[in-house]
Amino acid sequence: MKIEITSMMPPPADGMSRVDGRLKVTGAAKYSAEYNIKGVTYGVMVGSTIAKGSIKAIDTKAAEHAPGVLTVITYLNSPKVPGYQTENTAAKGMLKIFYDDKIYFNGQPIALVVADTYERALYAASLVKADYNKEQHQTELKSNLNNGVLPYSSKDYVRGQEDAYKSAPVKIEQEYILPTEVHNPMELHAIIARWDADDKITVWDKTQGIKSTQKSIAQAFKLPPDNVQVTAPFVGGAFGAALRTWPHEIAAVLAAKVVKRPVKLVLSRADMFTSVGYRPYTWQKIGIGATADGKLVGITHDATGQTSAYEDFTEGVVNISQLMYASPNVNTRYKIVSLNVNTPTPMRGPGEATGAYALESALDELSYELNIDPIDLRMRNYAQTDPLSGKPYSSKFLNDAYKLGADKIGWSERSQKPGSVTKDGWLVGYGMGAGMFGAYRSSATVTARMMADGTLILQTGVTDIGPGTGTAMVSIASEMMGIPGAKIRVDLGDSSLPPSPTQGGSQITATVGSAVYDACTELKDKFKQLNNGADSADYVGLLKQHNLPQLEVTTLSKNGPEMGKYASYSWSVHFIQVFVNPATGVVKVNKAVSVADAGHIVSPKTAASQIKGGSVMGIGMALMEEVVIDHRYGRLVNNNLADYHMPVHADIPQVEALFVNKPDPNLNPMGAKGMGEIATIGVAAAVANAVYNATGKRIREMPITPDKLI
Amino acid sequence: MTSKNSCIEPENEGNLTDATRRDFLKQSTLLTAIALTPAPLVKAAENGWDEKIADVYEKVPVNIEVNGVKHQLSVEPRATLLDLLREQLDLTGTKKGCDYGQCGACTVHVDGHRVNSCLTLGVMVNGKKITTIEGLAKGDQLHPMQESFLKHDGFQCGYCTPGQIMSAVACIREGHANSATEIREYMSGNICRCGAYPNIISAIQEVKEGGQEV
Repeated sequence: MKIEITSMMPPPADGMSRVDGRLKVTGAAKYSAEYNIKGVTYGVMVGSTIAKGSIKAIDTKAAEHAPGVLTVITYLNSPKVPGYQTENTAAKGMLKIFYDDKIYFNGQPIALVVADTYERALYAASLVKADYNKEQHQTELKSNLNNGVLPYSSKDYVRGQEDAYKSAPVKIEQEYILPTEVHNPMELHAIIARWDADDKITVWDKTQGIKSTQKSIAQAFKLPPDNVQVTAPFVGGAFGAALRTWPHEIAAVLAAKVVKRPVKLVLSRADMFTSVGYRPYTWQKIGIGATADGKLVGITHDATGQTSAYEDFTEGVVNISQLMYASPNVNTRYKIVSLNVNTPTPMRGPGEATGAYALESALDELSYELNIDPIDLRMRNYAQTDPLSGKPYSSKFLNDAYKLGADKIGWSERSQKPGSVTKDGWLVGYGMGAGMFGAYRSSATVTARMMADGTLILQTGVTDIGPGTGTAMVSIASEMMGIPGAKIRVDLGDSSLPPSPTQGGSQITATVGSAVYDACTELKDKFKQLNNGADSADYVGLLKQHNLPQLEVTTLSKNGPEMGKYASYSWSVHFIQVFVNPATGVVKVNKAVSVADAGHIVSPKTAASQIKGGSVMGIGMALMEEVVIDHRYGRLVNNNLADYHMPVHADIPQVEALFVNKPDPNLNPMGAKGMGEIATIGVAAAVANAVYNATGKRIREMPITPDKLI
Repeated sequence: MTSKNSCIEPENEGNLTDATRRDFLKQSTLLTAIALTPAPLVKAAENGWDEKIADVYEKVPVNIEVNGVKHQLSVEPRATLLDLLREQLDLTGTKKGCDYGQCGACTVHVDGHRVNSCLTLGVMVNGKKITTIEGLAKGDQLHPMQESFLKHDGFQCGYCTPGQIMSAVACIREGHANSATEIREYMSGNICRCGAYPNIISAIQEVKEGGQEV
């Protein structure tokens, strides 16, 4: 198939406003806990208070006798989850809730109290008491680095010569630590589960993947997938935390079976820290060497991340070192350590954001060692073809992005000598960091239905967790059909709609957008046939003329075979200007500019917001976010939003989002590439590099809190 | 943060009647006593009798006006205004993000002042007028702040948005929207994980500079 980019009109400069915006600003958008379901009951979780061992005894009597309590479920009385029994129980895997007496981490759910009101369930949950057989736990990665193992089916990567950087004329060898970060979307994870028949269930659930949730629940309870109705038209942020079906969702479904009434289970904010994954604490070491004129000789990237005691979690921490620069020699080693913590899960820009923090910091260190401008150093090692596969890029305009961003931030004002610029008593510094992420496209099905009144309805099962998927779909359909966005309606987030992939991995615009494009093309063809083979945008007239109430197509859209010819990535570069107070060590980000090479931008307004938001998350990563564990008890100390610091208004300046906005001619008909991940990948390094430029202090353990600078 | 919850004064806790207050004190004293008393009473507590007694006697009548609609309610003293709105009145526009006053998603107006409804008990707002996000627009006509959030894309997932908007309206009313820096300070109790902060500031500044009645 020849892809015709020219059929897409250039987007309006500022783009379309969010199509679901009115519902969101009026409070009418309903999130998963907000459906008024008749006879609903309330579940509250009780977590373990030890990090490793087993339950010796659990006393639920007081809770059971408390007013309004309908049941207290523990491993002793829980109905069997059929899907748990058939799994090989020796194998590692998702935590099986209420399965046995084993405790793997502090805060692991040991009971679920269900009552007729939330207040009663909450109070009764406080009455559940457990005694434990305690065992010695391990919750600290730093002191367990020697226990790192190669993940299953993974191997070390070597290109050229191993550890070649050691022989380079100029070299850097440094360790970098990124502590555990929690997604913490503002919406708490929530599910309402209602059994409609013995083999039929409806869940209103916070999920990024309608189909994957449907499949997981169907598998766990041995139901035909079609008997599991999943509804999630609005998701209050997720960033990866709702990519899979978690134990609390299974618990709610179990509980609804026990009490024979719908059960609503909303995690507490404290639960959010131990129930739905996190970005794992990761130790990294980079060795990087170059010739005196800044040509890379070799990169060696070691990383060790933490996982739980019951499940292996891996992510692409070291991938970026294999891909980002044209270095003849690269080798990477990635290990994981099992600890008494819950399982991590991908968090925005997953492993790549962690890896980019180390690689882009090391490159900055090298630039000072070489006395070469950091952008210049990157351009001297600019990869023209994919270093991993040798394939040509489907598109790469990162060089344009460097220039756009440098101009916008005022890079020329930067001094190559750290700690040399002050303003009003503050040290001023500039830093940059680049990012990349695979540009994917998978398959999706979209129904496009033109109604007699000229309204176009688009339907697909994808969720919109905030990026503006619905808005992008409407933008594409509006241009394709030549009708205003106001005449287009989208139905999303429902398992009864045509299938779409999980919202994640920066692939939705490329995938679902293509399906919209293809469906509109097909629909237009159908109208053309009605009009004796001539193009016409008078859809209302044609329907009327043929006495049709509507005209509809359902189109499956997927990759063409030509995809395999190219290496496809989205690229970003982030520029940061910081002010550092020399007396207090306070770092203030004064300016942030992020530039994305994400192909053709189909929805400029929401795309800009997504890039800005990714930058904000990266600033949090660099300056404040860190889970603190009291390792004596293996228990989180700061599992609330007052003690786990995320960026607030006062931390964030006017962030600028810029786009290269050149279409990728090979990936999909719109020429679009993903941008959710690259918005965050590289930001933390840019901040750390700016802090070094301002102060001459290189902080290699995030976050850069004031105590580390004074 | 400092000015945010100041509108509920301790001496004006929702006009609890003296009788109710006495009962409440008596109950607390009783609970203290149980802690120091021998087996039979401890047994009573273990069986949850105090809770059962509470179930019968401790529903408190509360009269509130929400978005112009008067409600006569009977609420548990421990129910927060947030849960009262969401679970009893089905006004789910007010969001639960933390339950500890740390995120601002639950911000509503009580007699015109912004309040974290998760830190406010239902019984504390007896006789007061509550405005939630659902009551901000005039029919189909959006409030200028809602329009401005739409225009500047001051949100992504939309979950913190009702709280941001309620807070933003109050921020202008309080006279704390005179510069971007001042707005950032006085909006810092409202967390947005999607990171829509720059757009939210633009939205608030435009409303402030537009001079419309908020």
